[in-house]
Amino acid sequence: MSTVSRDTMMLTTPFHSRVEAMCDLNDWGNWMGYTTPNAYFDVELEYFAVRSTTGVFDLSPMNKYRISGPDASRYMDRLVTRDVSKIGIDRVGYAIWCNDAGQVLDDGTIFRFAENEFRLCSYQRADDWLAWNTLGFDVSVENVSESIAALAVQGPTSCTILTLLGCENLNQLKPFGMAHYTFEGHPLMVSRTGFTGDLGYEVWVPPETAEALWDRLFELGHEYLIKPFGSHALELARIEAGFLQAHVDFLPAEDVVRVGRTRSPFELGLGWLVHFSKPLFNGRSALLKEQEQGSRYRFALLDVAGNKPAEHSFIMKDGKVVGTVTSAAWCPTAKSNLAYAQIEMPHGAVGDELVAEIYYQRELHWTQLYAPCKVIDGPIFQPARRRQTPAPPQ
Amino acid sequence: MNQYDAIVIGAGHNGLTNGAYLAKAGLKVAVLERNPYIGGATVSRELHKGWYYSNCSYVSSLLRPEITRDLELPRHGLQVVPFGGGATFMRNGDHFGNYADHDRHYREIARHSKRDANAYDRYSADTSLQTKLIRPYLMRTPPDPTSLKPRDLRDLLEFAQSFMALGEEKLLDTIKFWTASVGDYLNEYFETDVIKAHMAGSGIIGTALGVYSPGTAYVLLHHYMGDVDGNVGAWGFARGGMGAIAEALSKAFMSFGGEIICDANVDKIIVKNGKAVGVALKDGTEYRAPIVVSNLDPKRTFLDITDPKDLPTDVVRKAENFKIRGSSGKLNIALDGLPVFNGLDPRNRLMAGDLHFSDSLERQERAYDDWKAGTWSKDPYLDMMIPSLTDPTMAPPGKHMMSVFVQYAPPKVEGKDWTDEDKDGFEKSVIDQISNYSPNFRDLILHCETRTPREIEAEVGLTEGNIFMGELTFDQLLFNRPFPGYAQYRSPIKGMYMCSSGTHPGGGVMAAPGANAAREILRDLKRPNTVPGGYADD
Repeated sequence: MSTVSRDTMMLTTPFHSRVEAMCDLNDWGNWMGYTTPNAYFDVELEYFAVRSTTGVFDLSPMNKYRISGPDASRYMDRLVTRDVSKIGIDRVGYAIWCNDAGQVLDDGTIFRFAENEFRLCSYQRADDWLAWNTLGFDVSVENVSESIAALAVQGPTSCTILTLLGCENLNQLKPFGMAHYTFEGHPLMVSRTGFTGDLGYEVWVPPETAEALWDRLFELGHEYLIKPFGSHALELARIEAGFLQAHVDFLPAEDVVRVGRTRSPFELGLGWLVHFSKPLFNGRSALLKEQEQGSRYRFALLDVAGNKPAEHSFIMKDGKVVGTVTSAAWCPTAKSNLAYAQIEMPHGAVGDELVAEIYYQRELHWTQLYAPCKVIDGPIFQPARRRQTPAPPQ
Repeated sequence: MNQYDAIVIGAGHNGLTNGAYLAKAGLKVAVLERNPYIGGATVSRELHKGWYYSNCSYVSSLLRPEITRDLELPRHGLQVVPFGGGATFMRNGDHFGNYADHDRHYREIARHSKRDANAYDRYSADTSLQTKLIRPYLMRTPPDPTSLKPRDLRDLLEFAQSFMALGEEKLLDTIKFWTASVGDYLNEYFETDVIKAHMAGSGIIGTALGVYSPGTAYVLLHHYMGDVDGNVGAWGFARGGMGAIAEALSKAFMSFGGEIICDANVDKIIVKNGKAVGVALKDGTEYRAPIVVSNLDPKRTFLDITDPKDLPTDVVRKAENFKIRGSSGKLNIALDGLPVFNGLDPRNRLMAGDLHFSDSLERQERAYDDWKAGTWSKDPYLDMMIPSLTDPTMAPPGKHMMSVFVQYAPPKVEGKDWTDEDKDGFEKSVIDQISNYSPNFRDLILHCETRTPREIEAEVGLTEGNIFMGELTFDQLLFNRPFPGYAQYRSPIKGMYMCSSGTHPGGGVMAAPGANAAREILRDLKRPNTVPGGYADD
């Protein structure tokens, strides 16, 4: 009898044999209980693969739910704050969902396969909340996380590589569109989605074809300089692109213990995802009230002076602390020093000038820095290829 | 000379803590103990050569870290080692294991229900909120809600503010939590029997209530509000058994000049002109002191060692009505080796934690039904530990010590006193249940100490064998513990105080009642306070 069984080790994804083979640095992290690479060979070079060639990221641990049945559409509309009827078939929509107090539980993407068939991808596990929401609806919610393997294929040459794989006319696919193909006799779905803010796709296959897909992609992509990228490079890319990360930029409301630490969509700059035209959705009355009475916080993108990332900084106005930074990075492509901050109202409006209190250490010596910063209305990194259709060939 | 500044009756952990803080303030203190050994219910006893039994309390989490640090208990030999693991073995041959790692734990729950695995995070967050509310009050004297003294008003206001700050919804959740049954509370989160049953155990341990009795959700919290090195809710073993806690406290006490007198069985507190002046032992010896502190439970304090004639009638009535029902018994077993349960490798890490066999709330409720009918449970709820998997000093190498907390056991069997035959029947129901899951268990037993409420009351002095010295329901908590109007450690008799688990914040090896009582005594003596304040929770 062995005292330690393999059962106590972390899970691995369907791509793991290939990921492990390419992970030169042997630098692993834990994502939802899965062994995932923090970095493969060089975080900066991995990041630049996304921005100038193609980077591949294994997103299989993402939570995926199949939502189907006669009431699926009505169910989704009650669940999320945005109007799901505006998401067409074979289209994808970014969405958030709230509790009755109008506080954000999570964000994710809704894939619409048919009038009443959806896939919800969420950062958090949502089995419990989704199940509670089914009461009264003729709908089935199935956790399909383990039956779908997925890769993010992101970067300027990504369309070319996937076209070589057999995704015909992929360059015609609009942002947030879905297209269906077959790969080695199995269904393969491509969505023009991603978490990097660049031209890019996500490829969804049954787990049994995962290894073959990886091998073929890297074979075909070789000349187009395809590279794998890990969580650290993704983090850099997503901050540069202006995307929020659950558990970093906000806490899912049901995980929060302390009073006042949850956030509403308005407080996260996501008011555009709240559609009051719908008569009922979770959080509607609380959000209406907040809209009338005002929010406690404002989500602000800060352009920070200097080149020191404002990680965990206090944000000051006239010498008084008015907020804190949740994410910050020097953005290598935009050549900007970006920070996301939660700022107490009424501060933090676009154009507002604030100060970030930055501490950094060099050779055990700490330096305190007061860096001026300005609230901007969107990320500086906005490449045209992200939205162009047809997708440019490079 | 039998003259002291203060006499503490009972050398359990609260009596020793109380004595230590009084002695630290410069008082000449004696702690009197009726047994030939100290510790009360916080003991390690070598009842089978080479095996040490924590034969009453058996795990540590609630012991206040402020006291451990302030009295330098580590320097006096105390080491608390956390344990992981734990499992509920199921009738179908499977088990539910408890893992410290969040992702590993998720997978284990998901093996039974993905929905429950997901809901566990919500359960944890909601339960943490409740522990955060109560923890700041552990090292404080409860405010008297009827008092107009500035201190009471200030504390009450602070208490009210922390509740009002919750906002309407969480405030209502909190009120519900404090009055709900643990079964109903868990049903709001989980769908799987074994998961609910595994967690519900903490809601009934030491309590003569069932999983569906209102008030048991709080009992669950009482088991979650402690910590080991800041890990709230974690539990550990005192190295050398629970007696190591009493030993360290006694050394701290003696380092301040305190004196422990064993075999000193107190008969009465001597009261003259409405003031306590000392105690008389059953053998006639008298000890004199202007301060007398009782570490006995409220019933023994006011109905046994105090002459009711010296007390206001309503206090006698409150003591008589104090709810301190026996509900549990214990088996302490020396084992020749490790038993195998449901085929699980006995070296599996789960075995180092708390092990159970009740795999549904229904079985737990049925076990309580037997108690109500006046007998021990035929299918008891067990909280079973093998401390020798964590602490090598408890048994010889390769051998093991097993502590089996058993619920339910009534204080009287169908209205009559326990007999030796009853005790054998009780023991059999426990051994039979364990054997149902472990074919090799019975053959490994080298020695077994069985304690029904009868033995616990007779040997330890806990009325009815109630381990918490009074039930932990809202009617007996905070400013209601032990009774309304007497929750600030003072008795109606001048110079006489209470410091037992029957006072706020209640039972478990916490030492907070002893410390809180010392602070009040020093306040009355107008002496500088020696008792540390509570650590701030973030």
